[in-house]
Amino acid sequence: MIPAQFDYVAPGTVADAVAALIDGGEDAKVLAGGQSLIPVLRLRLSYPSLLVDLRKIDELRGVREDGAELVIGAMTRHADVISDPLVRQHAALLAEAAATVADPAVRHRGTFGGSLAHADPAGDLPAVAVALGAQLVAEGPGGRRSIAAADFFQDYLQTALAPDEVLVEVRLPKLQGRWGVAYEKFSRTAQAWAIVGVAAAVRRDNGAIAEARIGLTNMGSTPVRAGAVEAALAGASAEAGTIAEAAAHAADGTHAPSDLSGGSDYREHLARVLTRRAVTTAAGL
Amino acid sequence: MTRVSMNVDGVVYEDEVESRTLLIHHLRERLGRVGTPIGCDTSNCGACTVLISGESVKSCSVFAVQADGEQITTIQGLADGQGVNGEAVGQWHPVQRAFQQHHGLQCGYCTPGMVLAAVDLLARNASPTEDEVRHGLEGNLCRCTGYQNIVKAVLSAASELRGEGPLPGSFQDSADLTGVGA
Amino acid sequence: MTEQLDAGMVAEQIADADALSSPRRGGELGRGRRRKEDAKLLTGQTNWTDNIVLPGLLHMSVLRSPMAHAKILSVDVSGALEMPGVIAAYSGADLAEVQGSLPCAWPVTPDMVHPDHHPLAVDEVRYVGDGVAVVVARDRYASADALEAIVVEYDELPVVLDMESAISDGTPLVHEDKGTNTCFVWPFAGGEDYDATKAKADVVVKRRFRQQRLLPAAMEPRAVVVAPIAAADDYTVYSATQIPHILRVMLALVTGIPEHRIRVIAPDVGGGFGSKLNVYAEEVLALVVAKKLGRPVKWTESRSEGFQATIHGRDQIQDVEICATQDGKVLGLKVDLLADMGAYLQLVTPGVPILGAFMFPAIYKMDAYSFTCTGVFTNKTPTDAYRGAGRPEATYAIERIMDELAHELGRDPMDLRRQNWIKHEEFPFETVCGLTYDSGNYEAATEKAEAMFGMAALRAEQKARRESRDPIQLGIGISTFTEMCGLAPSRVLGSLSYGAGGWEAAQIRMLPTGKVEVVSGATPHGQGHHTSWSQIVADALGVPFEDVECVTGDTDSSPKGMDTYGSRSLVVGGVAIHRAAAKVIEKARRVAAHLLEAAEGDVEFRSGTFSVKGSPEAKTTIQEVALATFAAHNLPEGMEPTIDADCVYDPENFSFPHGTHLCAVEVDTETGFTKIRKYVCVDDVGKVVNPVIVEGQVHGGLTQGIAQALYEEAIHDAAGNLVTGTMADYLLPTAADLPHFDTGRTETASTTNPLGVKGVGEAGTIASTPAVINAVVDALRPFGVNNIDMPATPERVWRLVQSGGSR
Repeated sequence: MIPAQFDYVAPGTVADAVAALIDGGEDAKVLAGGQSLIPVLRLRLSYPSLLVDLRKIDELRGVREDGAELVIGAMTRHADVISDPLVRQHAALLAEAAATVADPAVRHRGTFGGSLAHADPAGDLPAVAVALGAQLVAEGPGGRRSIAAADFFQDYLQTALAPDEVLVEVRLPKLQGRWGVAYEKFSRTAQAWAIVGVAAAVRRDNGAIAEARIGLTNMGSTPVRAGAVEAALAGASAEAGTIAEAAAHAADGTHAPSDLSGGSDYREHLARVLTRRAVTTAAGL
Repeated sequence: MTRVSMNVDGVVYEDEVESRTLLIHHLRERLGRVGTPIGCDTSNCGACTVLISGESVKSCSVFAVQADGEQITTIQGLADGQGVNGEAVGQWHPVQRAFQQHHGLQCGYCTPGMVLAAVDLLARNASPTEDEVRHGLEGNLCRCTGYQNIVKAVLSAASELRGEGPLPGSFQDSADLTGVGA
Repeated sequence: MTEQLDAGMVAEQIADADALSSPRRGGELGRGRRRKEDAKLLTGQTNWTDNIVLPGLLHMSVLRSPMAHAKILSVDVSGALEMPGVIAAYSGADLAEVQGSLPCAWPVTPDMVHPDHHPLAVDEVRYVGDGVAVVVARDRYASADALEAIVVEYDELPVVLDMESAISDGTPLVHEDKGTNTCFVWPFAGGEDYDATKAKADVVVKRRFRQQRLLPAAMEPRAVVVAPIAAADDYTVYSATQIPHILRVMLALVTGIPEHRIRVIAPDVGGGFGSKLNVYAEEVLALVVAKKLGRPVKWTESRSEGFQATIHGRDQIQDVEICATQDGKVLGLKVDLLADMGAYLQLVTPGVPILGAFMFPAIYKMDAYSFTCTGVFTNKTPTDAYRGAGRPEATYAIERIMDELAHELGRDPMDLRRQNWIKHEEFPFETVCGLTYDSGNYEAATEKAEAMFGMAALRAEQKARRESRDPIQLGIGISTFTEMCGLAPSRVLGSLSYGAGGWEAAQIRMLPTGKVEVVSGATPHGQGHHTSWSQIVADALGVPFEDVECVTGDTDSSPKGMDTYGSRSLVVGGVAIHRAAAKVIEKARRVAAHLLEAAEGDVEFRSGTFSVKGSPEAKTTIQEVALATFAAHNLPEGMEPTIDADCVYDPENFSFPHGTHLCAVEVDTETGFTKIRKYVCVDDVGKVVNPVIVEGQVHGGLTQGIAQALYEEAIHDAAGNLVTGTMADYLLPTAADLPHFDTGRTETASTTNPLGVKGVGEAGTIASTPAVINAVVDALRPFGVNNIDMPATPERVWRLVQSGGSR
């Protein structure tokens, strides 16, 4: 199928991109890697009047350190995130989850920022951003502002970005200490979306679980953090029984959807099983 | 309309395109490079896979304007020579050869994309396991082969590209298979 | 005599397949020849229909109904006509006089309800995707844009989607004027009276099986290009079709354009699996629009459009009852089938379940068989033939119910099968359905498969996992299948009310330079026909394999044919070629005798050379004979020049491939996820022409059957929308989802054709689905599970585990 007509600009700076969005009005959209947007346009599920392509803005690409934070440009492709040594060192959970996004060809085009801004709760990376407590930096006409991941995702495909804002970078606190990570993605076929996914990072200290961060994919209209599990795990012994008890709270407070891929009760069950498995792996058991 | 210039299989083309023109349609309908087919609307099937700067991408999910200035390789540019036939098999890319030797294609519709996805896979991982090949090709659907011979072909091409020679072929053109038939 | 072979082993024997030594003449059968088809496919030089560009080519797009059932109040195409690049736009009413009604060639009963099926709906739409209007524009993009400018007013009608409600009283009707949603009722019985037989049984087991709706999803979407020469009333139709010959006849009948004015070409076709065994609305529309405009017209479906507009497969509800004695002897089988036709009848829609009717008893001896099929209209895309067409459904039912009977009797499922199957020494065997199975050796295939599988170790592991209540449970599934293929003896098709015969045509042309052209009416779309047929001809004529060229898929150059479906292109098409070759040899023998001045009876033919008994020096090759008959200077008195020969072959019987498939699955009872741990199959497809091609057909077949078991399902919402409408929602398995298949073969020659071949195109699909589901059910037996709907999704498995087996 074929997209409807739209205007197109590829500005060279974020400021120009913001200006273009303002000019374009409500029906202007940002084009990042396009791996979610272009199929949507082809199916004519969306009719933007203008696409503002970020591909020529070099500063939006790449990974760097900034003190205790890892800064990932919004236009950094999944393929580059996965292989980046800084990401592997300081945010291994992101590298592991990004490697499960779609397939290699899509990962050559799709971007980290694009995945977050698309805000599909079935996407793998929003849950990681939430679990790791990412700060998402947006630039608009009034300059830059930082939005906590927990506030960024507002509803199904809805974010805190204003229509004239561009997501420019994602700041992840470096994981300090002995962290183990795991992303448990449950899907029916290798290229299908996650029915449920669980992103877990666990810090071990003297045989106990000092701290756990757990994000859930597709357990609501936004990615959610499994707070009850995290609380139950904090300071708990790193044993199968303890982890299982904590994981039993994985679905607490979630509003899992019921759709073709699974009923909400099934998703709740999967969240508990997959959380147990992810935490077990991340804890090195 | 936007002016774009791209190098496709070694030839530079400059054209005016609509911003919504998909790369696959630009290749097929404007440039006449019809070797790359289209199999779906949602970037699931991978039939339209081409290489941009050596990396696999699905050309149905890229606008032609996004490929401005890029270097694109399609299945038609993968072999050393044009107009290849059975005799010119030596000019093919090792992955193309392996697909024939191991019967990695039937109807051939997924083949251009599958071959290029495999070329990309082997560029990133010279010694993949069977499991790595299977996952590496998860973005390319085939409805004929059940993938087994595709996987075999990719493992064989990997071996050849490593300089260890291809794996024994499935087809036998030179020796008789005793005890079967006739 | 059954020879045991292992395709994998054959592959291992190969030293250096790249080195093309000089081809050995003769001895071609059974040889793993590299495919002739591959060069263009591997280099992007394939001629897909969508690649065809002609001067002045216009693009057609079809506006489709977003409603499953509605009156069309008005269609206004004027907005589309004002769009840039648009040449024409038509509603169904605009084309009502010329578009005709799409054909159904299989009126299975005299009173079958056969509604009109207009390429564009005129008064009423009956499924989501039913065509409402067409736009023709200068390019693809303009054509797509203009669709959105067409305004259609609908008056929504009630929708009927479920077969059981469709045939209950007071339900909405898909075709109001027909007064019923029942298309036909087709009863059949074989052997003794079923009820009387059942009265003698100790055990009766009943199950309801659902054959979910599937999308064939050949990788190449459908496409058609029509090139008219308006002044001459002459039309060339390029179509991505399996059936150029049938299509030509049908286009003539539908449009009234004389048959001899239509040429149909199937260019390179990228898979079909039955979905291109049809006469589609868009083929007719492109033809009538091209005729109206006098310009070439192309239509290419997008994938999501094709999911609505290309036939669907399966969709049956099977109520199956088997009765047996306490010691395990099967006495009778009763099958009550509901088959979803969809909203209209396509080419062979009603015939699909009827083809299956004869295969429910499968390889088992029994006294009584009772079958009824009710065809039902619903507001969904029409169903039709999908790989196996009726036979996968039947095989699933019998192989599932045999497992259930074994469980009921406390018997090992393979032992029970062995007790009841037709013994090797009992062939030829007339089944309870009246079919005569010419040959088979179920014992040999099973013995080999069990050895490859390692059954004892897997059973031991299963026991251990059950005892330890391992969350990962192991299940073992069996499918000892047979099928009927090589469609088909024309008289049998006639007795089943099919509209045409099942013969195939072949021609062999000896060119003056000694090369050979083989013309077949069967039409390839990925199977490697040209390679296999070349081997048959090279073997028969003793000419080099490379010297044989096949000509197919064009009603001008291969004018007679019945095309490709039902695993017939070797069993019928290949045999026709073989017989034509024999005719060439016989004619050439007369010429050779004349040239060698010998009596015809003294001339022997071996490996391409005629020689005279007792005079080894006196010889001539078939190529020399071909040149001599071309020159025609010195032919036997009264002989016509050339030694070309034709054959139209009508098979005397179906062929009956069989095999034993064994599947081990690991079921994660926590998540419900099923992983195939091991898959072993030993297929007996008779004599094999090219073992590598055969193995490839098995792999692909297995995958489609496994996909039905575990992944694929076309799902509609309550309004009749196809919610699995893209490849993102309709899950085709990827390389990462499938296991490595261990394939083997036994060879029990068919006795009803001279090549001893049986056909392989559908076998894997027919056999594998029940093997997988039997394995899943076997894994879940400890949880009280004795059935599961397909696909066995993780969620379905989990819910069964939770509920202790009740669905």
